[in-house]
Amino acid sequence: MLDFLKSPVAAIQDFYVLAGRAVRNIFRTPHYADDIALQMDVIGVGSLPIVFLVSFFSGVVITMQMSRALSQYGATGQVGQIVAITLVRELGPVLTAVVVAGRNASGIASELGSMTVTEQIDAMRALGTDPIQKLVTPRMIATCFMQPMLTIIADFVGIFGGFLIARLSLGLSTSQYWTNAYEALKYNDIVQGLLKPLVFAFVISLVGCFYGLRTSGGTQGVGRSTTTAVVVSIVWVFMITALLTRIFVNLS
Amino acid sequence: MGAAHTAPPAGSLLRFENVTVCFDELEALHQVSFEMRAGETRVVLGAAGSGKTVLLKTALGLIKPDAGRVFLFGHDITNVPERDLFDIRSQVGVLFQEGGLFDSITVAENVAYPLVNRKTHTVPASEVDSRVQDALRFVELEHTLDKYPSELSGGMRRRVGIARAVVSEPPLVLYDSPTAGLDPITANTIMALIAKERDTQNTANLIVTQRYQDGQLMANFRYNRNRGYLEPVSGNGDAAGHGSNSTGTVFMVMKEGIVVFEGTQAELEASSDPYVIRFVPKYS
Repeated sequence: MLDFLKSPVAAIQDFYVLAGRAVRNIFRTPHYADDIALQMDVIGVGSLPIVFLVSFFSGVVITMQMSRALSQYGATGQVGQIVAITLVRELGPVLTAVVVAGRNASGIASELGSMTVTEQIDAMRALGTDPIQKLVTPRMIATCFMQPMLTIIADFVGIFGGFLIARLSLGLSTSQYWTNAYEALKYNDIVQGLLKPLVFAFVISLVGCFYGLRTSGGTQGVGRSTTTAVVVSIVWVFMITALLTRIFVNLS
Repeated sequence: MGAAHTAPPAGSLLRFENVTVCFDELEALHQVSFEMRAGETRVVLGAAGSGKTVLLKTALGLIKPDAGRVFLFGHDITNVPERDLFDIRSQVGVLFQEGGLFDSITVAENVAYPLVNRKTHTVPASEVDSRVQDALRFVELEHTLDKYPSELSGGMRRRVGIARAVVSEPPLVLYDSPTAGLDPITANTIMALIAKERDTQNTANLIVTQRYQDGQLMANFRYNRNRGYLEPVSGNGDAAGHGSNSTGTVFMVMKEGIVVFEGTQAELEASSDPYVIRFVPKYS
């Protein structure tokens, strides 16, 4: 009767098994340091340009939009506070996560997917290497390490973008904007701003690996799992941010 | 597990006991039983989708059987966790259907992979290069060391795959459709290499294929080390490998996951089963 629930429930179970193994492998030999470094380069350094652009323009846009709303109360001077809080708490982590999901969840899924359909994963197992140890764990570690870094950069670049508008278009002084932005941030904001990217990184990398390794049905299957990986990881990013925000709002 | 299981006798490389494998509702293997001994060549014939590849992957523990037991080198691998399988698997060479080469690393790194990445029996670093060279010379591809698999032709990829399968000198080598998708001449070269490997290293071979000619070559030709080419064997021995020069080749025919025939080439050609004789060309 409830047969239609079978496959999603089985998929969730498989995902947890994969996640469990990937985490357990952090504490087991052999460690593939080369693969971790390579993935850090691909995921972290490779995402820098687009993270720069996206966060810069979102800082610019927030400042422009907010200055209009704030001018009604004669509080344009407070714009730094709004930009800082929005970016550090929410937009920095989420935008970075969306960028990384689009770039790397797809990249991981298509790479592992091609390896699966060409029997390279089976070959790896047959030749005595655990594909989770060799492929999944390095990608997970690399993403978890780079995502918070990218988020910090995104936060700063976004606030800087806001500063340019505040200085050039709204005529605020440099110290007014930065002091206002700096003083708005509480310990709680920093913690949630750094915890979110860590959780996102975990989900994005594992969802990418999960759909990659489940690929079946040739090249068409690779395309399908790539799309699914991006869609599912982005949806999870937004659901998790809602959940975490709820928790942190209660804490403060 | 009520029934007592007798451990397979020494010399048994691979043993299937009533193995059944299911994918969802579909039975890919049904009650498959056979045993391979040292030095044996076993040719598995079957149409596409008859469960040949599944049989091979089950033999390696890549697929877990839903029922029955699999013994590899006398070890029951049926319910062994993946981590403990790596050690046993490293004694088996495998050629995957399209070669299964890692396309992100070079040919030399591919061939070195089994030597470098194993947990046990690792080869000293100084030896790896010469072993890789030897293996690639064996398949006559020593000039492709620094190429990537994508730069090679289908037949060359298959040969690199053979080099990778045999570089660690395993006593048992599994070949998954070594000639699928190749032209007849290249296919013959590949089969000649497999026969050469068998007769220079005395390995046991499990060859899964759609082509009867592949099995015929394995059954009737031996590589002559002194002269350096294949020559026909004199007289066909029986399945047990009796007869001075016999290759001891056993044929198996699979149909929808069921072994419908097991025996020598003579028995295969004399078979009256309409499915079985479809694999035997009528010219003989």
